[in-house]
Amino acid sequence: MNLHEYQGKEILSTFGVRIQRGIVAQNAQEAVTAAKHLTSETGTKWYVIKAQVHAGGRGKGGGVKLAKNLQEVEQIAGQIIGMNLVTPQTSAQGKKVHQVLVAEDVYYPGESETDEFYMSVLLNRATGRNMIMYSTEGGMDIESVAEKTPHLIFTEEVDPSVGLMPFQARRIAFNLGLSGTAFKEMTKFVSSLYTAYVKSDSSLFEINPVLKTSDNKIMAVDAKVTIDDNALYRHKDYVNLRDLREENPIEVEAKEVGLNYVDLDGNVGCMVNGAGLAMATMDLIKQAGGEPANFLDVGGTADAARVEAAFKIILKDPAVKAILINIFGGIVRCDRVAQGVIDAYKNMGTINVPIIVRLQGTNADLAKELIDKSGLDVQSAVEFQEAADKVQAVLA
Amino acid sequence: MSVLVNKDSKIIVQGFTGSEGTFHASQMIEYGTNVVGGVTPGKGGQTHLDKPVFNTVLEAVEKAGADTSIIFVPPAFAADAIMEAADAGIKVIITITEGIPVADMIKVAEYIKHKPCRLIGPNCPGVITPEEAKVGIMPGFVFKKGKVGIVSKSGTLTYEAADQVVKQGLGITTAIGIGGDPIIGTTTKQAVELLINDPETEAVVMIGEIGGQLEADAATWYKNSGSKKPIIGFIAGETAPAGRTMGHAGAIVGGSDDTAQAKKKIMRNSGIHVVDSPAEIGKKVAEVLASL
Repeated sequence: MNLHEYQGKEILSTFGVRIQRGIVAQNAQEAVTAAKHLTSETGTKWYVIKAQVHAGGRGKGGGVKLAKNLQEVEQIAGQIIGMNLVTPQTSAQGKKVHQVLVAEDVYYPGESETDEFYMSVLLNRATGRNMIMYSTEGGMDIESVAEKTPHLIFTEEVDPSVGLMPFQARRIAFNLGLSGTAFKEMTKFVSSLYTAYVKSDSSLFEINPVLKTSDNKIMAVDAKVTIDDNALYRHKDYVNLRDLREENPIEVEAKEVGLNYVDLDGNVGCMVNGAGLAMATMDLIKQAGGEPANFLDVGGTADAARVEAAFKIILKDPAVKAILINIFGGIVRCDRVAQGVIDAYKNMGTINVPIIVRLQGTNADLAKELIDKSGLDVQSAVEFQEAADKVQAVLA
Repeated sequence: MSVLVNKDSKIIVQGFTGSEGTFHASQMIEYGTNVVGGVTPGKGGQTHLDKPVFNTVLEAVEKAGADTSIIFVPPAFAADAIMEAADAGIKVIITITEGIPVADMIKVAEYIKHKPCRLIGPNCPGVITPEEAKVGIMPGFVFKKGKVGIVSKSGTLTYEAADQVVKQGLGITTAIGIGGDPIIGTTTKQAVELLINDPETEAVVMIGEIGGQLEADAATWYKNSGSKKPIIGFIAGETAPAGRTMGHAGAIVGGSDDTAQAKKKIMRNSGIHVVDSPAEIGKKVAEVLASL
């Protein structure tokens, strides 16, 4: 589950991580109230207005702007809320902004220069351990840092039997070139950040930038936080942090009926049991000259109700020109699935795109017979290649 | 020969009396698998599916001689179940459970590191040695006995591959479903190594998907091993866009080196026979075996 910047920062703050403070606002008026409140709380004179959407690169798309007084707060918040923000991580249509974070200005001048770093906490899949990845090159796209100056990216892996040790936090602060107060602040920042990561059952923290202020404080100016969905059962208070407006509405609907669906840009819809077979089926569609319109795993019970729900979801996409159903019947018998397809088809009335059904496994022959005799406009196949050939034929 | 499980394996089912455990345990018994009992805390002393129920895994080891376990325990309790099996001295722990929190698996990985056991999964279809032992949720009839080993992250794609191999008149030594989670007990490399070292296995089918480094590691190991035993490979997810998780928590393209194309290139450079079409796995196996 992905969180907004303001939600991620709230979680960090709970565990003692210093953050750039801010107040979320749903409209320009609320933004002004938030700004006044923020000044009385923090003394800030300027404000940063930040679009709250689940996408990186917000600044590049005009979603992060500095406001030097309350008039500007009102004006900028009004501009950003409701805009379709296009960033390198969104589609060409962009993402609609529903709310902004009014944040304190933390780049104020002072005794020393400000400095920006990069820091993330994530799983190292190769070792099965968490690691802290960090760099002196903050505020930039980390992928390009990794490409151009890989020697400026450091990692610190955490032994799960003891957790993050103080010497590791010190090593990070040394590698970032810090000394004095900033050094001490950074060791505290790193250890509380790691505690927050573990205690919140997150699967990704990305703090970019981590700022050293002119008065040597270390703080998170941005926060990308992803919570492990599998662990949400022990964090009931996080469940309502999910912002469904940020998710694809068809995917949300699919999830509600227990289907694992990912919306794609192609023209051939598919319905498959099992994630690996679903991806393989998408690949085969491409090789047959089509483009997959979706990933859809119907799971272990492909009965009429689920098949019907899957049909409805696939057909919401007007780009779909054909549907390929590929089920490997193991424990689920193919004739049952075939009957499910027939019943679902009949319940739906007319489906205006060609359907190719490939059922393999237990009772595959019986299933083919059922489909062939149903009188419906459904083509059956038994072999994987045969299904691909039929997709090719209907697209031609 | 075969690997991991055979007719002499003494298998227990953890989460035996639950609905999943009951259903699949009865399928396993029907297949002829040597299930010696099950574990459900608090139900020790009862009989389920004509087999004894034990309170603890240790009791199952001491009283029934269990050496292999299959776990159907719900995700919140699965990590504890794996560690209990490891602590009791179980040698092969096969975890079917899907949805275990990553933080729990980090603890499991650390805990079992120095224990003499092998974990398969989690979030996997299990392991089958045809005509000897089905320790998983796969449809047994698809897997006929033979000379081809299979390693795969996914369930139905494993059945698909096995079916294609069998339709070529060939069969399977052991099929290992390693699972699709970010942290798994047995990697592609380790599973491939087991099968390459199995004298009865004449060829290995290795099925992977986008995300992670498992297939690249296996390919590099294979190249360095100098083995002459052929591997036929397929990677699912060529059409999956970057940054989106495709069903399995581990199936997500993070960087340029875990795309399907990048993996296939490494595999080809390591001498693996890679097919681009998932419909050609069986055909390729037959072709490669015929050319030996």
